[in-house]
Amino acid sequence: MSHAGNSDHADAHHDELPQGTMRGYVTGFVLAAVLTIIPFWLVMGGVFDNRTITILAIMVCAVIQIVVHMVFFLHMDPRSEGGWTLLALGFTIIIVVIMIAGSLWVMYHLNANVMPLGREMNQSF
Amino acid sequence: MPDSSFSQIVFGRLTLESFPFSDPILVGTFTVVAILGIAILAAITRYGWWGYLWKEWFTSVDHKRIGAMYMVLGIVMLLRGFSDAIMMRLQQALAFGGSEGYLPPYHYDQIFTAHGVIMIFFVAMPLITGLMNFVVPLQIGARDVAFPFLNNFSFWMTTAGAVLVMASLFIGEFAKTGWLAYPPLSGILYSPGVGVDYFIWSLQIAGIGTTLSGINLIATIVKMRAPGMTLMRMPVFTWTALCSNVLIVAAFPVLTAVLVLMTLDRYLGTNFFAGGLGGNPMMYVNLIWMWGHPEVYILILPAFGVYSEVAATFSGKRLFGYTSMVYATIVITILAYLVWLHHFFTMGSGASVNAFFGIATMIISIPTGAKIFNWLFTMYRGRIRFDEPMLWTLAFMLTFVIGGMTGVMLAIPPADFVLHNSLFLVAHFHNVIIGGVVFGMFAGISYWFPKAFGFKLDPFWGKVSFWFWVAGFYVAFMPLYLLGLMGVTRRMRVFQDDSLQIWFIIAGFGVFLIALGIAAFLIQIYVSIRDRERLADLTGDPWNGRTLEWSTSSPPPSYNFAFTPVVHDNDAWWDMKQRGYVRPLDGFRPIAMPKNTGAGIVLAGLSLALGFAMVWYIWWLAAASFVALLAVAIGHTFNYARMFDIPADDVRRSEDERSRQLADSGATP
Amino acid sequence: MSANTATAAPAEKPVFYVRDEHPHGEGGGTMLGFWIYLMSDCLIFAVLFACYGVLGANYAAGPSPRDLFDLPMLAVSTSMLLISSLTSGFAMLAMAKGRVAATQLWLGVTILFGVAFLSLEIYEFRHMISIGATPQRSAFLSSFFVLVGTHGLHVTFGIVWMIVLIAQIGRRGLTQANRRRMSCLAMFWHFLDIIWIGVFTFVYLMGMLR
Repeated sequence: MSHAGNSDHADAHHDELPQGTMRGYVTGFVLAAVLTIIPFWLVMGGVFDNRTITILAIMVCAVIQIVVHMVFFLHMDPRSEGGWTLLALGFTIIIVVIMIAGSLWVMYHLNANVMPLGREMNQSF
Repeated sequence: MPDSSFSQIVFGRLTLESFPFSDPILVGTFTVVAILGIAILAAITRYGWWGYLWKEWFTSVDHKRIGAMYMVLGIVMLLRGFSDAIMMRLQQALAFGGSEGYLPPYHYDQIFTAHGVIMIFFVAMPLITGLMNFVVPLQIGARDVAFPFLNNFSFWMTTAGAVLVMASLFIGEFAKTGWLAYPPLSGILYSPGVGVDYFIWSLQIAGIGTTLSGINLIATIVKMRAPGMTLMRMPVFTWTALCSNVLIVAAFPVLTAVLVLMTLDRYLGTNFFAGGLGGNPMMYVNLIWMWGHPEVYILILPAFGVYSEVAATFSGKRLFGYTSMVYATIVITILAYLVWLHHFFTMGSGASVNAFFGIATMIISIPTGAKIFNWLFTMYRGRIRFDEPMLWTLAFMLTFVIGGMTGVMLAIPPADFVLHNSLFLVAHFHNVIIGGVVFGMFAGISYWFPKAFGFKLDPFWGKVSFWFWVAGFYVAFMPLYLLGLMGVTRRMRVFQDDSLQIWFIIAGFGVFLIALGIAAFLIQIYVSIRDRERLADLTGDPWNGRTLEWSTSSPPPSYNFAFTPVVHDNDAWWDMKQRGYVRPLDGFRPIAMPKNTGAGIVLAGLSLALGFAMVWYIWWLAAASFVALLAVAIGHTFNYARMFDIPADDVRRSEDERSRQLADSGATP
Repeated sequence: MSANTATAAPAEKPVFYVRDEHPHGEGGGTMLGFWIYLMSDCLIFAVLFACYGVLGANYAAGPSPRDLFDLPMLAVSTSMLLISSLTSGFAMLAMAKGRVAATQLWLGVTILFGVAFLSLEIYEFRHMISIGATPQRSAFLSSFFVLVGTHGLHVTFGIVWMIVLIAQIGRRGLTQANRRRMSCLAMFWHFLDIIWIGVFTFVYLMGMLR
């Protein structure tokens, strides 16, 4: 292997692999565990009477936990790979949102307009 | 058929009846293909080319060789896809006045499906991928792509998909569903045969190759640009290639997933797209167009890049509005994801949904229009040379504007309710794909051919091909616009109204002209190879080019650049020529390059076996090839020695050879 | 990323090529390339989530989430996956210190937790199928099985990868190539955990709230 001599190469500093610390991993793990326990507790314990509030709360937990994973486990850093990883992530999030929200919106209107009975027929008893 | 369970275990549902002996057209085609194939194989064996092909091409990880192989694949498949087009046009021109034409429904339906699938996946995609593969590393001053092995593997996966489609011609049948295989027609209930399964597996295999090649080219462009080449100094073709590959990576996974869902519906009886137990066929349409719409931009963006390079080079001017060109490309990339519903306005999502997608579609014409103006202003007061690439570019600008206009018409939902599924739509998308993508590929081929092979394409036959193509296109598709406005729907096999026949005959004549154009192109290649001495390019810069690929020899050495170039301006090579660049003649160093490997072709071959086995329910073969696939893939990861050094002496030898060539051509070395 | 100060030119005499070039190591683009692959994989999951979102309420008079999901068991399997994320992090830390045996050991521990997660999933699937809640029963069940099953297949693939990597580290030690592979594997494994957050939130927990 002849990797010793590439220190002069322009991209050399990107070859540094993302490094975590014990402290980082444990912090991440504890935060993730808490953010997992909260939604389970909300749903299993029936904490809120209002379904919408519960859904909102568990969604917020999920989003925070995803960020926690990205920061503490994936070591996302705006500067890694010259910002391209973050750019790729941002683009992907946009596409994912378009895809899921778009499908739900389009198909909801389709069901509302074309098959007024369809949903009731398909729903369980 | 179920005569013995033994034959079912060994051959699945493949029986003697699966071979279409009773169809004279197919038997005839098969005979011709078989004779040609045997002749080619015999010639290769006779002249002992197998070793050369295997060592220098099939196992090559050189991006230039892989690019060339993609182009060959695309052109071979163009002949197949175009044969389908001729058969359709002939059928539609004949099937009037009580005549049934000459194609039975089951055959005609396979032909229009195969035509669409082949032209998009196995002609247009290989051609643009091939061009990007060949040009991008040269334009950014790199020696290869980021993942050379993956590049080879991607190519062979695309080829495996193409082979599977071709197999369907002679073993069994292809889908009879139209090129996107909408359910419920493509469901197991209405298409119990192997046709849709061929569709699924060929696209799945080729699609994986395409996704990987997209990842590869993005990493290449991001990580391997020459020093000094900032993003805003990248050649426009590289920019469009970057955006096109971003689209590939963000769109092809959708196709993969949708095909998996359809596979599960067909093989395991799940309920995604079949009605009855809660499935929804329109969900398939929704998802497939989330891939399908970005796909058309995947095809057109690299073509836009070609036109940009050609317009600047052959006008002898810097590209007008480089920055706006880049931003227009980026805007198109993002908007490509916001318009998919315009393919099914008639689904019935209602006014608010249709209005949103209609307006989003119309907005896309703004950046596209900006590009057209940029090309016009590039030509304005330029010293234009009307070589073949420039002719294609001019034809594109005229033709594509018409296609764009009809596209905006179709983007108006109420108009679309009239024009949906009509020949107007067929004329529109052929207008933009032929006028945009195909013309772009011919412009690109004639522009970069001397770089790839060291001699220009013959200009006379190029012009013959060009005029037949352009004239043929207008004669073939303008009648379809008219017929569509009169309400003729697509994919019809027979017609009742005899007054329409004349238009179909004109369209058929147009296809005949295009056939002459393709023939002239093949003759052009033959003549150019024959006269390669006369057409030789010794300078490496036959068009007085502007970007880095023209700074190296034609064809470039395997390492592309003896020294990595340093970029100070966009149009880097032009800048180097203006400021007295002197080619280095000594101080060469060994160059580390990737080694060739046969793993790609083996993996793709196993994927082909897996696909074939799944199509025919040959479960033992499917299991065996899957296990072998895993074993070979894992085995390949144990190979760590993937690079080798080209010794400095070898570099010196080929650079000295280049000096001699330059001296012969009269240029300063 | 492209500015090379070593070759920066004086104004009057521009330098057009890198004279003093050192051989590039291979694989400089691997981390970015793998990240882009993960993004594309993310979109496959997005399609499956979209399908579940659109079709997930179509029970076709069959069982609904409340009839099927077992949250305590889900909590156990979720914690298995979360702990495996932590142990794969420990493997990375051991690798950073250059400790071959410890790296292999933590990878082994990660495999164990991964297998535990998978076993619970297989048990859940078998149970559902045994009471007639098969993927063929309704669009809800089709999209459920395929979304969760695709995640499970990814976990399986990750486990195979770890086994291969343990062998490769054993043969070659923590070379640069193997370190790169470890980093990719860790990214893959954490990525699967992120997908799982989406799965247990949107499929299981929100399913129970229907």
